[in-house]
Amino acid sequence: MTPASQKAVEPTIEIENLKTYFFTRSGVVKSVDGVSYSVAPGEILGIVGESGSGKTVTGMSIMGLVEKPGRIVEGSIRFKGEEIANASERRLRQLRGGAISMVFQDATTALNPVLRVDTQMVETLRAHKKISRREALKTAEEMLARVGIPTPEKRLKSYPHEFSGGMRQRVSIAMALLNDPDLIIADEPTTALDVTVQAQVLLETQKLCREKGTSLIWVTHDLTVVAGLADKVCVMYAGRIVESGSVDDILDNPQHPYTIGLIGSIPSSNTRGRKLQQIEGTTPSLLNIKPGCAFRERCWRATSACQEEPPESSFGPGRTVRCFHPCLDGEQYESAGLNA
Amino acid sequence: MTIFLIRRLMQSFVVLLIMSLVVFAGVYAIGNPVDVLISPEATELQREQTIQQLGLDRPMWEQYLIFLKNIAEGKLGTSFVHNRPAITLILERFPATFELAFSALVIAVFLGIPLGLWAGLRADSFSGRSIISGSIILFSMPTFWVGLLMIIAFAINLNWLPTSGRGEVGTFLGIRSSLFTIDGLRHLVLPATNLALYPLALIIRLTASGTSETMSLDFMRSARAKGLHAPRIVFVHLLKNILIPIVTVIGLQFSVILAFAVVTESIFSWPGMGRLIIESINLLDRPVIVAYILVTILIFMLINLLVDVLYSFLDPRVRLEKM
Repeated sequence: MTPASQKAVEPTIEIENLKTYFFTRSGVVKSVDGVSYSVAPGEILGIVGESGSGKTVTGMSIMGLVEKPGRIVEGSIRFKGEEIANASERRLRQLRGGAISMVFQDATTALNPVLRVDTQMVETLRAHKKISRREALKTAEEMLARVGIPTPEKRLKSYPHEFSGGMRQRVSIAMALLNDPDLIIADEPTTALDVTVQAQVLLETQKLCREKGTSLIWVTHDLTVVAGLADKVCVMYAGRIVESGSVDDILDNPQHPYTIGLIGSIPSSNTRGRKLQQIEGTTPSLLNIKPGCAFRERCWRATSACQEEPPESSFGPGRTVRCFHPCLDGEQYESAGLNA
Repeated sequence: MTIFLIRRLMQSFVVLLIMSLVVFAGVYAIGNPVDVLISPEATELQREQTIQQLGLDRPMWEQYLIFLKNIAEGKLGTSFVHNRPAITLILERFPATFELAFSALVIAVFLGIPLGLWAGLRADSFSGRSIISGSIILFSMPTFWVGLLMIIAFAINLNWLPTSGRGEVGTFLGIRSSLFTIDGLRHLVLPATNLALYPLALIIRLTASGTSETMSLDFMRSARAKGLHAPRIVFVHLLKNILIPIVTVIGLQFSVILAFAVVTESIFSWPGMGRLIIESINLLDRPVIVAYILVTILIFMLINLLVDVLYSFLDPRVRLEKM
């Protein structure tokens, strides 16, 4: 993807300085604290981060599904140019499952256990389009076939528990595709699957997005998934995007110490027989987080400057790093104590 | 399903047999009906004759075997007092009790589920809290006391409704019931409401707790993420998931109010089975007591069976063969 083609078309979704806070009894949890990104039609964005980094809440904010005591306190979410942050419930309902759909992490719990698959698919269609039950069933059947479910006309009559894990996740992906959405938010949809099934699901999702020009936001904690799937990547840490860029830039030339740590902790043939790198410490509690860089207590490059909020610096189009001491080309692996 | 039903029927038969022994022995222990039935002025000869006639001179085990033999022939014994088959007496009274229990259940279900849903969905609002507190009050108030209060308020002071009796009975589709006449309905309102209070409180609490538990589950979030309208989310996705415990309680409560509407029937002079059993216990009318308890057990088993079959319709993961 060249920068020129990114500029030419209006992005499907554009988020600017989004802040979603949870006002709990023990304090304010800043789950998403000033996140900005945009996804063009047909583009796949990977959002990577550890549990609790705010990646799921970002997706829920777009859907308008942030539950009390949480709410979007600041920022804008523009969907095809329309501002939908804090839009009316009526408008949000129209968008959900229609133009914007979501695939959840665990299809076992995301599908209603007591309703048949056809019921759950038909209702999704009929919530957005005035079509007959028969037409809806036909669409549902086609969609199941497209995500690779054998004998879809029979499987429609099944209940979720009668599918295997991989098939169940395909059903929920099929459900997300039903209304030809412009944007799909996939929240770790392959985490619960076997590696082989995961690869199949990834490949098919990618194919479907490319064919239809659907934008995809793929939320995951697994960098290897992003490597094979995404066009660009945002790395989130403690509610902020610490680094973003094209997938090649992020993987080959990471600049934020956290990203370097993440990449270093992936086992590969180079690291065979050696101790895997780990990032010392744990993700900070998002409750009343201290000002300054949230990663500084785990960072080997941290100095007193990191007590301040690091600004976001841009290193070319779509390439940003939020760090006072970014690792420049070639130096990162030595500093991290890793061998390239 | 068929295997399940056959096994269930066999189990029920064994339970009935064991219970008949327990009940027989229990009733035997309560006292000797002879003391109540035969007038003190009767001569010794008359006494002997009556005892022999009723079969009370034989040892208990022999009486039990005779009782079993009669059951096998379809006879549940003859009332000492009314000198009519016990089962006829009970079946005569059954419709009155059934219409009372049924009306009570309808009130409890059609008020309880909506109120419970509201309380569960709006747990933090004033109305939600009021419903929950109200159900605690309903829970804790004794039925007979509320019944008396209702009579004082609606029948005596306001004079809106009659105080007692079943009222006029109408016939519809061959069924005779006071549900089919205005007068009958007027008589039914107070006792049915009174009987409904406890199951109503139970259903409200179950529905409310089920609702707030289920609303936080993943599939409810995905239902909203699919852009479904709120009524569909609540009445299909939510309700079908929380219905199992509610149906269980409805079934249990229906058996309970059918079998033990005694208090309400006494207060409102409702001519049902509850009144019959109280009278029979007072007169030590053994066959009626035994027959009544066996019928009650049968009702419990039947409703439980119905509930289990309903489970498999409500939740596809339930396999009847494994129950």
